[in-house]
Amino acid sequence: MNSYLIRNVSVLGAAPTDLLIRDGVVAETGAGLAAPDATLVDAEGLVALPGLVDLHTHLREPGREDAETVKTGSRAAALGGYTAVCAMANTSPVADTAGVVEQVWRLGREAGLVDVQPIGAVTVGLAGERLAELGAMADSAARVRIFSDDGHCVADPRLMRRALEYVKAFDGIIAQHAEEPRLTEGAQMHEGEVSTRLGLTGWPAVAEEAIIARDVLLAEHVGSRLHVCHVSTAGSVEVLRHAKARGVRVTAEVTPHHLLLTDARAETYDPVFKVNPPLRTATDIAALRAALVDGVIDIIATDHAPHAVEDKECEWAYARPGMLGLETALSIALDVLGPRWDLIAERMSRTPARIAGLTEHGHDPAPGAPATLTLVDPAARRVIEPAELASRSRNTPYARMTLPGRIVATFLRGEATVLDGKAVK
Amino acid sequence: MIRHLLSGADLDADTATQILDTAAEMAAVAGREVKKLPALRGRTVVNLFYEDSTRTRISFEAAAKRLSADVINFSAKGSSVAKGESLKDTALTLQAMGADAVVVRHPASGAPHRLADWVDGSVVNAGDGTHEHPTQALLDAYTMRSRLGRLAGLSVAVVGDVLHSRVARSNVLLLSTLGAKVTLVGPPTLIPVDIAAALAPGTDVCYDLDAVLPTSDVVMMLRVQRERMNDSYFPSAREYARRYGLDGPRMGRLPEHAIVMHPGPMNRGMEITPEVADSPRSTIVEQVANGVSVRMAVLYLLLGGNNR
Repeated sequence: MNSYLIRNVSVLGAAPTDLLIRDGVVAETGAGLAAPDATLVDAEGLVALPGLVDLHTHLREPGREDAETVKTGSRAAALGGYTAVCAMANTSPVADTAGVVEQVWRLGREAGLVDVQPIGAVTVGLAGERLAELGAMADSAARVRIFSDDGHCVADPRLMRRALEYVKAFDGIIAQHAEEPRLTEGAQMHEGEVSTRLGLTGWPAVAEEAIIARDVLLAEHVGSRLHVCHVSTAGSVEVLRHAKARGVRVTAEVTPHHLLLTDARAETYDPVFKVNPPLRTATDIAALRAALVDGVIDIIATDHAPHAVEDKECEWAYARPGMLGLETALSIALDVLGPRWDLIAERMSRTPARIAGLTEHGHDPAPGAPATLTLVDPAARRVIEPAELASRSRNTPYARMTLPGRIVATFLRGEATVLDGKAVK
Repeated sequence: MIRHLLSGADLDADTATQILDTAAEMAAVAGREVKKLPALRGRTVVNLFYEDSTRTRISFEAAAKRLSADVINFSAKGSSVAKGESLKDTALTLQAMGADAVVVRHPASGAPHRLADWVDGSVVNAGDGTHEHPTQALLDAYTMRSRLGRLAGLSVAVVGDVLHSRVARSNVLLLSTLGAKVTLVGPPTLIPVDIAAALAPGTDVCYDLDAVLPTSDVVMMLRVQRERMNDSYFPSAREYARRYGLDGPRMGRLPEHAIVMHPGPMNRGMEITPEVADSPRSTIVEQVANGVSVRMAVLYLLLGGNNR
């Protein structure tokens, strides 16, 4: 295994120190370390964070390898500072059997840039009708613990109750895409002033809030763990705050785009801004940011959703929803939270690792900890150019925006996956 | 002059007035034995229609032909579009053919905006999804001005399915710009959220048709599809007609001078009774005639006819 001596790095914003990485762990920290055999990494001005963990990534493989593959998505993740991603189940075929989740898990190992942890579907074919073989996926080599029909809501309350109960047997968790389908038929964007002006069918906030309210009550009733995907409204934050105060075992994520972009982006009718749940209002953004700081929202998750050009270069109503996120998430977090490194580590690494049960991730760089970390240059500013992204797709909503922060290096169990801002493979 | 006409919001009061004044000149041509002007000779206007709309397409076609433009009708049915060609590829094809203007009707809101990014010529929105139909608003404004002599200060009630109506959105924008007072009337289920904030701050909403009739100078009835009752927007066609349909007794509550408009096609017996549609107050046939003049004016001005 390679050794690395990282010089003068600020661990989570602390005074600069050296980090010696050897045999997959942080072997030593302190000023003026010597290790003649180690590769030297000059980290003057850089901040070390525990490797980021994304609880919500669409890698598109199998099925839509023209949009993303496990390999290209892994590369994008490593370049974004991630060391683990949870791959959503809405592939083709759907990841609803042990066979498919093992395939994704194996592809992740072969790519070797981040740990790819497959998420299993809750229902067969995401159809919302009967449970997939959750136990078989849990027992498979992929050791699935998170189950989600993301892209679809598990709308049937009885099925949702059963899913929540069933996964208790192997400490599983249901990650719900909260969207009451009858309230969002044909929905194209947030229901409000802008949708009225643009003549696009509205996606009302209540469609999300009603499902979250129901699900926290179900989770409480059966004593199970619930995770809420991509929370997007101020009202959802209040439902979650209330549930957490009552002791419900619920966690929640927010995406970078819901922390930054409003529904006014739809005014160009450019579907690069079409996403589900949709971009909301400035009021929602303010509530989501506050909830992220006070902990009602536990984590940032990207909902990285690559789409082929032809699925975005078209009429708004015909475009697929979703946007890229892995390579820009930390920059958005820096922009929104400022250099609050401990908070960023908590929301983007430690807590998502804990929710997903990824015990090798989410550890601050310290002697004895796995050398699974990333180095960020907080002073850098970069202009986002879609063509320069490592993802196979180009649907970033941040094109030509200037964002703070740049990932310089990422290490997974002591091996570099990114050096000098470039993926090693 | 603006390059594209995508929305009623593209028109400020001066531009809108210029179009209406030009339309009046064009109307004079329609009264002549030879209804043709050489203004757009050698220019190409493409009618790109992704929805069946014989009346709007014919209106634009007549307008372009009276200005001596070459007209190409591109219907999405039976064309490469039916074989799955993307809007962008169609746009590039029209571009390569040298279209000076593309008149587009499309079921998806915002499609004309996308098209405008991909072609060099002018794009005229001839109705997009549930968004806008700006030339309809112009011809409605033209009709009001001809009948009532002014637009500023008029009280206009727009009645019916505002939620799904592109005609309503364009009318609210344009009429507000020109100083008229718009009141939207319909069941709450068919009035979109935050409509005044979204379109024009002075716009009123009222759920009671009878309350607005005595003070209205214009009542514009919108087409209401019977199928909307299947989505619970209202219980039945009969109840809708009873609460929001314009019949003889209701028409009697209008001021003496008030006019009744409808963008067509009408659902007789639903939003309007034959007695009203065929009455002297009705401007429905005039609206069709005025449509050609207004579209002549739009094409003429967009294509720089006044600079030649």
